[in-house]
Amino acid sequence: MGGIRTAGDLVLRMQLAKGMKLEVAKAYVAEKMGVTPIELSDCSIMREKRQTLDIGYPMPDPGAAKGIEAKVRIAEVLKIKINSVEQFKRKTGLQ
Amino acid sequence: MDKYFTRMGDGSPIYLSGDEIRSELLEGTLDAADRGKIAELSPEELDYLFEIIISPVNVTSVVRGKEVVTSSDSGAFKISYQANISMDRATAIQVHEKVLAADSLDLGNIDYSYKAVKAILHDEAKVMENVQLNTIMPVLYGAMPNLGLYTRPDGPVDNWSELLPKGKIVEARAAQEEAIEHAVKDMVYIAGGMNAAGADGMNFDTCGASGDADVLAALKAIEIIRDKYPALGIEMGMSGEFILGMHGQLEFGGTRVAGLYPHRQVELAEKAGVTIFGPVVNTNSNKSFPWNLARAVTFIKACTEAASIPVHANVGMGVGATPMTPVPPADAVSRAAKALIEIGKADGL
Repeated sequence: MGGIRTAGDLVLRMQLAKGMKLEVAKAYVAEKMGVTPIELSDCSIMREKRQTLDIGYPMPDPGAAKGIEAKVRIAEVLKIKINSVEQFKRKTGLQ
Repeated sequence: MDKYFTRMGDGSPIYLSGDEIRSELLEGTLDAADRGKIAELSPEELDYLFEIIISPVNVTSVVRGKEVVTSSDSGAFKISYQANISMDRATAIQVHEKVLAADSLDLGNIDYSYKAVKAILHDEAKVMENVQLNTIMPVLYGAMPNLGLYTRPDGPVDNWSELLPKGKIVEARAAQEEAIEHAVKDMVYIAGGMNAAGADGMNFDTCGASGDADVLAALKAIEIIRDKYPALGIEMGMSGEFILGMHGQLEFGGTRVAGLYPHRQVELAEKAGVTIFGPVVNTNSNKSFPWNLARAVTFIKACTEAASIPVHANVGMGVGATPMTPVPPADAVSRAAKALIEIGKADGL
C-alpha cells in the first residue's frame, strides 16, 4: 500500500493490533487522518498529512519526528497503544 | 486464432488461445472446489480472470482504491542474506521502510526457527530494541515452529519420519506429542522476550511444515501468548494449502487439525487468538499460470469469506499462483496479486 509514503503502515497497524479487516482498518485510519479511504494510498496527499501531523515520512525534513518520536505521535493520532512507545515511556521515566 | 502470452507454473513462457485459457481457468477453479468442498468461481469472475490474463500490459495493478497492505516472511534478511548484500538486519528493515515502502516487516534469525532462537533470544531482543527505536512501521518477530528440529540427533525426541516407515505409529505419535510441548514452551518464551523488547507482534510462519503437530504447536502457543500479552499482534502463516496428517488424530478446540484447507484453517487461527492469517495455495509447476491462478483465487475467496480477521494471502515463489522459480516474473506476480485482491478479497499480501 506504500508504507510511510502513504498510510500503509497505519492500516497494517490496525490490522495487526485489532484484527480489523482491510476496509474497516482503512475507514478507521481515514477518519483519524481526516481523509477519505481512497486518499490513504495517495502519496501526494498523505505526505502533506504526515508532515502536518509530524508522524514520519520518507526523505524527512530536518527536525521532523523520526522512529520512536513519530510513533509517539501515531499512537495519539490513532488512539491506540504501541508497544515500543509504552516501553520507551517506561524506560525514560515519562510514565 | 489469436494466441496470448502467459506462463507455466514454473515460470516458462507459453502462448495459449482464448479457448485454451478459459478451459484452464475452469479446470483450476473446479479442482479447488472439489478438493476444498467450496464454491467454484462464477462465470463473471472467470471472465474477469480471463481479462486479467490476456491484458497486453506487462505489469498490472489493482483498481485505484483497492490497494492492500503487506506483511513478510523472513523480511529482514531478504536483502542481507538472500540478496547477499553486506548489510545488517536492522539496517535492512530501515531500507524496506524508507526506500521500498514496505507496510510492515518481520525481523528473524537466519535459521528462522523458534528452537534455534531460544539460545540467542537475549541478542535477538537487542536487535529488536534498536529497530523499534529507529522505525515507524510495525515490526514483528518471525520464525517457524519447525517441529522437525526437535527430533534426534539434534533434538530431544524420536524422529517420527523414521518411525512411521517402520510401522511404529504409536511411537511416532507419542514423539510428535512430546515435540509439541517443547515447541510451545520455546515459542511462548520468545514471544515474552520480544514483547519486552517492544515488538509490534509475532509472526508464526510456515506453520504445518512438519504436519498437523506443527500446526497444533503454533495454535497452542498462540493461545497462551494471547492470554499473557493481550495487546501483542499475532500473524500466523501456513506452509501449504492442506495440513498433512503426520499424526492424524490431533485436535484443537474439538476440530481435527489434519486435512484442513485454508477456509477451515482460519477458523482455528481465530479461535487461538491470531490477528492476521496467512493462507497458502500451492503452485503446480506442471500446470499453466491460468490454471493455478483460478485455483488459488477459489481457495483464497473461500478463506476470506469464512474469516472475521484480516487475511494476507501468501504470494511468493511457488505459492498463491506465483510461478515456482527463484525470480518470479513480475507479469505473473502482479496478475496474481490483482486477482487475489479483487476477486479473492484478500486484506493483504
